[in-house]
Amino acid sequence: MWTRLANPGHFLRWSVALTPWLAGAAALTGALGLYLAWFVAPPDYQQGETVRIMFIHVPAAWLGVFFYGSMVLSAIGTLVWRHPLADVAQRAAAPIGAAFTLICLVTGALWGKPMWGTYWVWDARLTSMLVLFLIYCGIIALWRTVEEPNRAARTVAILTLVGAVNLPIIKFSVNWWSTLHQPASILRMGGPTIDPTMLYPLIVMIVAGTLTGIALHLYAMRTEILRRRVRTLTIREAERLDPGASVMVAYPAGPSA
Amino acid sequence: MDLGTHGGFILGAYGFTVLTLALLIGNAVRDRRAQERALAAFRDGEHR
Amino acid sequence: MIRVFAALVARDLRLAGRVGGSGALSLVFFLMIVALVPFALGPDLNLLSRIGPAILWLAAVLATLIGLDRLFQADDEDGSLELMTASPAPLEIVVLAKVCAHWLTTGLPLALASPLFGLLVALDGPATAATALTLLVGTPALTFVGAVGAALTASIRRGGLILAVLVLPLMIPTLIFGVSAAQAALGGTIPFATPLTILSGLSLIAAVVGTLAAAAALRWGE
Repeated sequence: MWTRLANPGHFLRWSVALTPWLAGAAALTGALGLYLAWFVAPPDYQQGETVRIMFIHVPAAWLGVFFYGSMVLSAIGTLVWRHPLADVAQRAAAPIGAAFTLICLVTGALWGKPMWGTYWVWDARLTSMLVLFLIYCGIIALWRTVEEPNRAARTVAILTLVGAVNLPIIKFSVNWWSTLHQPASILRMGGPTIDPTMLYPLIVMIVAGTLTGIALHLYAMRTEILRRRVRTLTIREAERLDPGASVMVAYPAGPSA
Repeated sequence: MDLGTHGGFILGAYGFTVLTLALLIGNAVRDRRAQERALAAFRDGEHR
Repeated sequence: MIRVFAALVARDLRLAGRVGGSGALSLVFFLMIVALVPFALGPDLNLLSRIGPAILWLAAVLATLIGLDRLFQADDEDGSLELMTASPAPLEIVVLAKVCAHWLTTGLPLALASPLFGLLVALDGPATAATALTLLVGTPALTFVGAVGAALTASIRRGGLILAVLVLPLMIPTLIFGVSAAQAALGGTIPFATPLTILSGLSLIAAVVGTLAAAAALRWGE
């Protein structure tokens, strides 16, 4: 079943059918989540109303990590099975993951200012997120510099995997580093015990965010497939118009459409 | 409703999120339109 | 296989020497950064000696980046990389040899010269020795991580900037443990050996991951 779903032609068909439903579900759960977050969840006894930032901060953090995970899976798909869709999926995921990571960082900063008295602390968690964002930026930048899609796919897949090997090491070393430096008083957010009146809105918001992310991802994947098709057609057109020049652009056309 | 003394930060956080999501969605739609236009141009070229 | 390795290292060393020694140039760059820091922070020797290891490490990270973009690019342009890929020796050996040669011309001179530069930032004897030791143990990790970026950007013209963007986040762990090992020698709550062993562990991990990934990038990058 999976091989059938992953066939590019089939993918175009089922993703077209699925995306509106996903988007609708995302809008509904988002509305429900926002309602719960704003009107049902009580203000925190310590943090007051600012705790409402948590309902976008935590889902954004989850999505930033989630999309990196999906990119790692796609990278393995590109390198091991050379699956054309894996590369498309990875390319579409990077900007979305980067955007959510950025949202996480900015909302975290805006939450930190009233709570900790500063926009930024070099806390282990914040720093890890910042590094994740930097890696996203590197991946996107690399994609823009390598022109030929198949080569870009493999290059970025290797970088993604190297990043994935490094991320736990970075996380570990940043943890070590921040305990070493003993940051001043930091209010731990929530902690493991979080009141159900806050937990349910948070879960709803996480589900809504994930649905939004997946809908965006499927949409961007189809755009990416169209882009490949346009590219193939452009090259074919150029070869038709000027057969002599085809040597210049000749490259394995590969599974680009 | 009363957001207390830190209303600006809360609204700022939500505002930034909405803005980023809007940019993300707008960019996706714009990109899709551009690719579809390019494909349509090729299709017209074939008929001629 | 060892003969291939030795031949490649010798070739790269000779090439580096012929171009006027990129090693010497890295050293000058290293000196420049160390000299710039007091201008930015002020000539307070107490402050400088406290952050001295950090300055030396930061300078080492930046100096490693110099010339890294040419590591595979030069061979890619004149076609010798293609010969190496086609040779019966595994590409991993080729990568390992080239990275070792690069480290011998940048990382090793930096580590050896760091006691001299330690004087500039008022490090005392034990701290200087500790910093030099951490640089000696840690710079291979920097070079191996950098080699992955160099292999990924081998075919990109003007890949220097993008190389730095790709590689610097991955160098953070090495930087953290390098500096904290050197700081531990200056006195502190943790014993010197703990971060130093982790640092050597990082170098070993980087050697394995870096060699494999760089070879994969060169092989699939065509």
